Amino acid sequence: MEFVQNFPFISIVLSLFSGPLCSILSGKKAKWVNIAVITIIGLMSAAVLIFVISTGESYVYTMGHFPAPWGNEIRAGALEGFMAVFFCVVMLLCMIGGEREREIEIEEGKQNLYYVMVNLLLCSLLALIYTNDIFTAYVFVEINTISACGLIMIRQNGRTIEAATRYMIMSLLGSGLLLLGICFLYDITGQLLMSNIKEQVQILHMTKEYHIPLMVSLALMSVGLAIKSALFPFHAWLPDAYGYSTLSSAAILSSLVSKGYIFLLVKIFYRVIGFSTVRDSKVINVLFVFGIIGMIMGSVSAIKENNIRRMIAYSSVAQIGYIYMGFGLGTTAGVIASIYHIVSHTATKSLLFVAASGVTDASGESTNFFDLTGAGYRNKLAGVAFTVGSLSMVGFPMFSGFTSKLLFGQAAVESLHKMLPTLIALAISTILNAVYFMKTVIRIYTPEKKGVTEKKNFRVITMKDQPSKSVALICFIILNVILGMGSKPIVSLFETGLRMFA
Amino acid sequence: MSKKIPEEQYRKTRSYRLRQWLDGTKDPFLDTVEMKPQKEFQEEKHVIESRKEEKKKLYERIYDMEHNAEVRTFHKIYQIFSVVFCVVLILTLLVAVSNLPTIGQPDNPVNNEVAARYIENGLQETGAVNIVTGMILDYRAFDTLGESHVLFIATCTVLILLRNDKKKGKNGVESAEENDRIYEPKNDIILQTVARFLVPLIFIFGIYIILGGHLGPGGGFSGGAVIGAGLILYLNAFGFAKTERFFTAKTYKKISFCALACYCLAKSYSFYTGANHIESVIPLGTPGAILSSGLILLLNICVGCVVAGTMYTFYVMFRKGGY
Repeated sequence: MEFVQNFPFISIVLSLFSGPLCSILSGKKAKWVNIAVITIIGLMSAAVLIFVISTGESYVYTMGHFPAPWGNEIRAGALEGFMAVFFCVVMLLCMIGGEREREIEIEEGKQNLYYVMVNLLLCSLLALIYTNDIFTAYVFVEINTISACGLIMIRQNGRTIEAATRYMIMSLLGSGLLLLGICFLYDITGQLLMSNIKEQVQILHMTKEYHIPLMVSLALMSVGLAIKSALFPFHAWLPDAYGYSTLSSAAILSSLVSKGYIFLLVKIFYRVIGFSTVRDSKVINVLFVFGIIGMIMGSVSAIKENNIRRMIAYSSVAQIGYIYMGFGLGTTAGVIASIYHIVSHTATKSLLFVAASGVTDASGESTNFFDLTGAGYRNKLAGVAFTVGSLSMVGFPMFSGFTSKLLFGQAAVESLHKMLPTLIALAISTILNAVYFMKTVIRIYTPEKKGVTEKKNFRVITMKDQPSKSVALICFIILNVILGMGSKPIVSLFETGLRMFA
Repeated sequence: MSKKIPEEQYRKTRSYRLRQWLDGTKDPFLDTVEMKPQKEFQEEKHVIESRKEEKKKLYERIYDMEHNAEVRTFHKIYQIFSVVFCVVLILTLLVAVSNLPTIGQPDNPVNNEVAARYIENGLQETGAVNIVTGMILDYRAFDTLGESHVLFIATCTVLILLRNDKKKGKNGVESAEENDRIYEPKNDIILQTVARFLVPLIFIFGIYIILGGHLGPGGGFSGGAVIGAGLILYLNAFGFAKTERFFTAKTYKKISFCALACYCLAKSYSFYTGANHIESVIPLGTPGAILSSGLILLLNICVGCVVAGTMYTFYVMFRKGGY
């Protein structure tokens, strides 16, 4: 066994260990520990990714002295490696970008607790990515939920407490349904290890034995994870949670937390139930319908919104709708498009949140849409970054959003019955996206009348004023362009990864 | 045989008083203990009114009820939808449950090689007489490692929400603490006497449960909960000043960090050796002895510490918001 193969295990344990470690350190030290941990884990995951690609095979890693169905095990393949690297990069940039806001908005004595939350969140994301055991996934879903709540309410004003309460209720409902689904599945298969469940499920699917519990279990798990990742009718907690929490929390929550659950759902589809069984069930049609409704309703709510951060939050609802629509197509191409959209949305949404805070900083900390007039001139970098993010979301060529929309279109053409609704929904949603994002871009590049500037407490912000945020923004822009221009190797990597899943 | 004593002297002995108490002729507490019914908590009228007013204002400001058609429609259809949703969910689950394998049949899917190995080889492979402990702390230790961190992170979230560490000042910690004295126990003799007897017993019982986790029913989670309950009882009887002599926020932080770090390192060692097929140097010992079953005893102690601290911290946070 190569030493590299230990890295997934080491990265999970390292992030787990750094959580309690941060609780005894001061806020400043905890911050450096956090940054170091994320960087080290990112590098280790990159090594794992390179190793897996070079051998061309996934491998399993036994956690302990007992082989798989008795003990726990984790599994690393191309897709897992890529997601781990990517999540680490985005999390690091979010943490760097929101550094100033954290210092202002979080009480001095509670700074270190923030890093406890972030470290354990990273740990749970890694465990969700690497796990090969469905119950382990549930345990880390719990950690993920609680830490996300902590991240929302650590900036203490009334809105965040209410948002955290809502998030807690919805998210626990989702966890409960997921747990029920896992229980049903365990009862009819007698296994918790993903590959063993799949064998059993395939037999059950052939013989039609326990058909109803199997379908109910699949439905419960899908709906549970859909609730947790804010698919359309379950999105009520989202705008407040993203709109009023501190910047790095909002960026991390929108880009990483919901994506971890979606990735788990992909794993359940491919590694637990088997995609052909999923395709035969009616569950994906439900996901498809709600995905399409979400794509349109999310955008409509975003158009009506006057608070820029809440607007970006509502845009997340629409983008999550895209991802579930891709699953609903029921083809491998659709799933690849969805995974690409997970990546593209992760990179773009965190960019938008950081850029939006840069724009509002230049407008007297007001998130109101009308105060942003001319903000693109006052904070040039943030203006450019916001434009890049908006163009990417709308689907402008060169940026990542374009490729994901292209992939969705291609996937839609392949599927016979769902082609028309998918393409129509894509078109409508793109137009709606363009309406609210371009409206904002035009607003921030409309020159403000003379004299208003001083009255409203506006100020000019250069890159030197906010060095960490500028670095984060530049990295985000580069990441977005890389994803948009070099999409071919990434897509083929996803194809290899999905093949390894089987 | 026995000595005869005059009645006068007999009336003074304890046995006579006990007898009287048993017969019900004399209550020893009558006229010596003052008993008053507690005053019912009553809020002043204007406080209630101002609170109601505030709530109403907040509601209007945030949701803009007059112009928010969305919320109004939502309120209307909410009740119908919730009933429909619940009925559908209940029916689906009932149908699914009725189609599950019958409980207790020998050929159920859950009775497979996985459970068989736990039961047949559990004792040799983990060294724990209690198979359940062997399962959660050795076979599936990774899950339990996550689970103990769930407790830790739950405490951290409660700390974020409730810990009250504003700067000292007029409305700061000092006045809050002064205010808190109202709710402090007022040297309740009955509670203190009982606590003096019970708390050590509870602690010993908790420690016994933790240490015997691999030998019989018990383990870190249950034992830790018992110790936590003991700490809470002690706090209620004797107040914060006495508890803080040995248990403060700092102690909790240190204990929980040490326990979790210990757990993490111990388990990392066994994960690493297991995955790389290196022989572990930790002996399993004789099953049934207190020092047996490899790392399980240590892990139980770690989990116990975390659970006890978590219970106590939850209580203190909800009661006072800091310690």
